[in-house]
Amino acid sequence: MSFLQKPKVSHPGLPRNELGLTVRDYEGGMSTLCAGCGHDSITAALIQAVFELSIPPHRMAKLSGIGCSSKTPAYFASASHGFNSVHGRMPSVATGANAANGELVYIGLSGDGDTLSIGLGQFCHAIRRNLNMLYLLENNGVYGLTKGQFSASADVGSKAKKGEVNQQPPIDPCLLALSIGCTFVARSFSGDKAHLVPLLKAGMRHRGFALVDVISPCVTFNDHEGSTKSYQFTRKNAQVVTYADYVPPATEIRSEQAAGTVQSVTLHDGSRVLLRKVGADYDATDRTGAFDYVSRHQAKGEIVTGLLFIDEGKPDMHQVQSLPDQPLNAVPYGKLNPGQKALDAIQARFR
Amino acid sequence: MQPTDITDPQYFHKVVDCQWGCPAHTDVPGYIRLIAQGRFTDAYMLNRQANVFPGILGRVCDRPCEPACRRGRVEDKPVAICRLKRVAADNRDDVAALLPKPVQQKNGKRVALVGAGPASLTVANDLLPLGYEVVIYEALDVPGGLMRSNIPSFRLPVEVLDEEIGMIVGMGADLRLGTPVPSMKALLAEGYDAVFVGSGAPRGKNLKLAGRDAASANIHIGIAWLESVAFGHIDRIGEKVLIIGVGNTAMDCCRTSLRLGAKSVKVMARKPRQFFKASPWELEDAEAETVEIVVNHAPKSFVVENGKLVGMLFEKMEYQFDERGRITSEKVVGEILFPCDDVVLAIGQENAFPWIERDIGIEFDKWEVPVVDPVTYQGTRPGVFFGGDAAFGPKNIIWAVEHGHQAAISIHSYCQSRDLHERPPYGMNLTTSKMGTHEWAFSNAYDPVERRLVPHVSLKERFAKLDLEVELGFGPEQFVKEVERCLNCDIQTVFTAKLCIECDACVDICPTRCLTITDNGEETGLRQRLSAPAANLEQALYVSAELPQTRRVMVKDEDLCIHCSLCAERCPTGAWDMQKFTLKVPYAAAAADADLAPARTGT
Repeated sequence: MSFLQKPKVSHPGLPRNELGLTVRDYEGGMSTLCAGCGHDSITAALIQAVFELSIPPHRMAKLSGIGCSSKTPAYFASASHGFNSVHGRMPSVATGANAANGELVYIGLSGDGDTLSIGLGQFCHAIRRNLNMLYLLENNGVYGLTKGQFSASADVGSKAKKGEVNQQPPIDPCLLALSIGCTFVARSFSGDKAHLVPLLKAGMRHRGFALVDVISPCVTFNDHEGSTKSYQFTRKNAQVVTYADYVPPATEIRSEQAAGTVQSVTLHDGSRVLLRKVGADYDATDRTGAFDYVSRHQAKGEIVTGLLFIDEGKPDMHQVQSLPDQPLNAVPYGKLNPGQKALDAIQARFR
Repeated sequence: MQPTDITDPQYFHKVVDCQWGCPAHTDVPGYIRLIAQGRFTDAYMLNRQANVFPGILGRVCDRPCEPACRRGRVEDKPVAICRLKRVAADNRDDVAALLPKPVQQKNGKRVALVGAGPASLTVANDLLPLGYEVVIYEALDVPGGLMRSNIPSFRLPVEVLDEEIGMIVGMGADLRLGTPVPSMKALLAEGYDAVFVGSGAPRGKNLKLAGRDAASANIHIGIAWLESVAFGHIDRIGEKVLIIGVGNTAMDCCRTSLRLGAKSVKVMARKPRQFFKASPWELEDAEAETVEIVVNHAPKSFVVENGKLVGMLFEKMEYQFDERGRITSEKVVGEILFPCDDVVLAIGQENAFPWIERDIGIEFDKWEVPVVDPVTYQGTRPGVFFGGDAAFGPKNIIWAVEHGHQAAISIHSYCQSRDLHERPPYGMNLTTSKMGTHEWAFSNAYDPVERRLVPHVSLKERFAKLDLEVELGFGPEQFVKEVERCLNCDIQTVFTAKLCIECDACVDICPTRCLTITDNGEETGLRQRLSAPAANLEQALYVSAELPQTRRVMVKDEDLCIHCSLCAERCPTGAWDMQKFTLKVPYAAAAADADLAPARTGT
């Protein structure tokens, strides 16, 4: 953290997006996280992604639970809606908000504790509902806010800062999500923005639940030798299976993007995700194949990154529940609250 | 690219744009911080070390530092460096105890300096403490050269001049006023160990047009006229005055005219405004005093009636430009008469050396300018040195000072029979400015305050007396704000590659997008793929050694760094540090102590 505010002065040549905003217009308050925290890099990647997508700040809602990761809503897009909710309960708040207004871009910010321990049930059911949101899991393998105990994502054999060895098996959020029908599953690394930013953009444009699990080293409690979530370990053991390029609607695909073994997936708004595959046999639309691939490599101690699975064909919560497209705050009051007579008529049907 | 060699003092020197831009390499951020701390005397002495005349230069310097100032690239206007220098001079205590005392034990060497202008005085300043016997010959009855005779006293008060010149003379110079040197041959025959010529460029150019001779009573050569005004020989001028020329001397002439009774003063320019030689602030000051600047008028002839000047005839010009703004063609589109009572010619100066014989081994080029070595300032005759306007034609005071420093080094080497081309090296010191967690030994927060304006005497009052100083200088209300505008470019961002874990924290926080971690490559390509393209080719890229984890490199574009320290505050491993850079500029004294041993490079 710093005591200074980031100076307002900026590079005079900063590019502007379709709304005429610069990347700095999507910034938030100064981070109070430790210097070098992976979460701050993820925040910077998010700022870059929403800037590039030209999302109007007031059409965005940032939601979080509790933890270092869950402080993120304060650090970007000050002009957006924000909700710092109860520990592990962010998916419920997101579900309610989404039901009331399906038009906003929902960004859930959570950590391994908030998601895989206290909030595991909430997380699973939000996936099952195919809630239309980007769910960003800032995964560092420790409870940083309570001084570095192992979290549910710590690998067996991983060492704590003082040398203690973790014995309990980890929950892999990507495998879990694949097994319960998640329609967009990706993993990335806070130290590789070129890889992360397109995934965040694709996740926000995917209609349904988009999980992006980001390995985000905790510089204070989990960046030492013996850690399996350090900068060094992640760099050494990350295995990129796909590089994603996000192509906005009605944009021509550049020739270098089309080269090689490329899988193109069209999203509901006409934009496309181009997947450059490192292993030619990898198919990001094959759920069981993806599950098999990730588990096999995990057994070898490798961290598979990239867009692992995408299914653009499943209905999201709004479609399944036949919720109105119109946000509730835009429904005329008379229709939203039709009065005692209308209620009596409905109740009469059940008598 | 190869990793940047930060052990070369010139690398970080160049990052301090103002110090790099200053011919005498004044430690500008250093003295601005001292002013911020209220240490005016220390600020003055730090200035004096480099530029010798802080009180004078704080008023009339041509300020090459200000166009160079980084703040002018980040925002619109540079820091008011020059006027802050005056703040140090205005608010200092007596410095007599801090100056070198006359040396009792002389070193037995005698040096003659011709002319008592800024170049000669600087040579004296550098050589007197080393035990040299220094004799200064001055034709006029007062010392100072052009600083006294050509800069009007409403811009530079006589007391300021007297005091700062007095500091040097007080070190034991033998100042011989009213003593012109009629013959170099005779001077050399007096057996001096070295001679320095700092006699300036004392001859104003003439404009030979029809009517010039008939009207000569009312046509004045700018610098000679200013000198006559300075010494009280001229105290009035006609009501309608035309000034020919658009340099800084022209601005002094027009403003002086207004103080000698002129009611209407026009500055006549042959070309459009973008070609003017005058500094923008001098043009502004003149226009504020209702001087009219007339562009695109070329002088054709002087109009004389009954033996008296009544006006001047001009050709109206039209110019064509190319896409880079250069003139490609010109044409005359008419003639126009401007009535006037007096004309002042300020169209340039030339060197004049009628007193140097041409058969004593001192060579001159075809423009009658002496042939001078640009490094040693020695002419073609060993032991005779040139500096200031006498060396390379008209420049300005701060250049004359730097010439003086260099010539003093050469004279010292010459008197020790050493190779003049072996210059004493520059050195540097780098010390961390970290005081604690997120605490630095300087004001690192960016203050968005705009450039302060210097208060002036009102237009009504200022013409009452010729020597009433127009600028009042910054008061505390202004300078406490202005000092915060300095970006502390001398507090360098220093990077240690082996500590970096490539977490991107510095890259993400940098407000002006200076930092990038990327694959190395050749410079042109690298400049394109940084966080923001590094378009300013005059500013260096600071390239690190390979980073431990990915073999990529950290690249910093020095162009727009505001030295806010956030990269260092966000760095978890201390790979970035903010370090105070002090340039060790060599002077004759350094050459004397170190016997040319390389200056130490500390870290």
